Amino acid sequence: MSKAFIAGTGMTAFGTHPRRSGRDMFAEAGLAALEDAGLESEEIDEVFYGNFIGTVSENQGHQGPLVAEAVGTTAPARRVESACASSGLAIRDAVRAVRSGEADVVVAGGMERMSNMGTAGATDGLARAADDLFEVQSGVTFPAAYALMARAYFDTFGGDREDLAHVAVKNHDHALVNDHAHLQEEIAVDDVLDAPEIATPLGLYDACPISDGAAAIVLLSPSYAAERGLDTGVAITGSGHGGDTMALQDRRSLAKTPATREAANEAYTDAGIDPTDIGLVEVHDCFTIAEVLALEGLGMYGYGEALGAARRGETRRGGELPVNLSGGLKAKGHPVGATGAAQIAAVQTLLNGTHPRSDAVDDDVTVGLAHNAGGTVASASVHVLEVMA
Amino acid sequence: MTDAREDGYDAFLDALEAGEGYYYECSSGHGTLPPRRACPHCGDRELATATLPSTGEIVTFTLVTVPTPQFKDEAPYITAIATFGPIRLTGIVRGIDRENVEIGREVTVVIERDETTDERTITFRP
Repeated sequence: MSKAFIAGTGMTAFGTHPRRSGRDMFAEAGLAALEDAGLESEEIDEVFYGNFIGTVSENQGHQGPLVAEAVGTTAPARRVESACASSGLAIRDAVRAVRSGEADVVVAGGMERMSNMGTAGATDGLARAADDLFEVQSGVTFPAAYALMARAYFDTFGGDREDLAHVAVKNHDHALVNDHAHLQEEIAVDDVLDAPEIATPLGLYDACPISDGAAAIVLLSPSYAAERGLDTGVAITGSGHGGDTMALQDRRSLAKTPATREAANEAYTDAGIDPTDIGLVEVHDCFTIAEVLALEGLGMYGYGEALGAARRGETRRGGELPVNLSGGLKAKGHPVGATGAAQIAAVQTLLNGTHPRSDAVDDDVTVGLAHNAGGTVASASVHVLEVMA
Repeated sequence: MTDAREDGYDAFLDALEAGEGYYYECSSGHGTLPPRRACPHCGDRELATATLPSTGEIVTFTLVTVPTPQFKDEAPYITAIATFGPIRLTGIVRGIDRENVEIGREVTVVIERDETTDERTITFRP
């Protein structure tokens, strides 16, 4: 399968921007990605845009053409919605467009603005990523859904809140040098354990913040890149998408995420690699337990074995497999529709040496992975990125 | 909150309320809940109606401190997933002291109203 080159990346600072419109934030990220790629808006063939709840939070549907306009084109554009996996899957669609030969230059990314909804409004909005009839009507909030999985995980494999706290501490530490991160704040295990509870066994510091922001990448076909002599340092060489039942109650196991496993296997096969080739990972850690579930789903660890990884230092900077060097969703922030694109931008810049945490990436690392999950992992996208020789 | 629910879901709640809960079983033996026209696990469309056991067992639960608007007057409250024979249901736990809610605890399923919006909700009681 042909590659899709990442020619440029761009993102806004993630944080609380209640008075910035989505169109403005995506314009900032998309135009920065074009500038990074050395391309003009008129060269864009197609725009793929991830967004979860803009129809409600910004009173604006049909956002595809709106954000295409914002980056200076009336090229065909569509919005991709898959809850928190919206832009991971927008990028997957973009990769397929480039690989099929239908497009040479694609802008793909996403945006979310939620802080203007307030905490109650955002909590209500995020709950829409769960099954309305069988979960929301029974009091399940989004943190509650992950809490149900966390308790099921502890019951199945053992472990406790303190093990999870190390994930939060690690990701906060990673974000300290990332000026685009929502939270640049060092925390200790006790801070996590002492934080107010949201949904037991998860507390405030087990959760990512409610963030606003946008991220975008520019993808190129190999022929176009060669023709124009453009940077082809890093390419997406594998892409996968897995699915599962919407409601947790219909899953065979509440302590595993098979959609991640399916997406990963598809991406590994596509890229012709296996998990041992991968030297750095950005995974979907909307809650601390989510990072654990992701690493096991990806086959980086056996089931029940990833819980202690952060505590043992294996997934910290300087460890064998650095995970979420950007700070992850936990500290970098989680503007839902922008997250998948931001992860890919992070992996690309970590691999090419332009990320503020690139010094934590060993010189021999040439393969990275980005994992983006929707809902309680009823959707998952996985992308493999490789440095091109 | 949903103003107009699904007929199939409402009929399911009606049955639970009358103490006549049911579920669907496909020809491969997978259990699933209405509204459904096909088994989500295997796609089978031969869904037979079977009697839902009246008692179940909690498999996981959480004490929710930050609620959705529908449950704001009830917070903090416990939501649990419980197994009833071959299917699982998600519901609010009432009538059990918080410290006594645990995995493996037996519960019955009933339909009650939430305190904020008076909507019907699946409820687990001792």
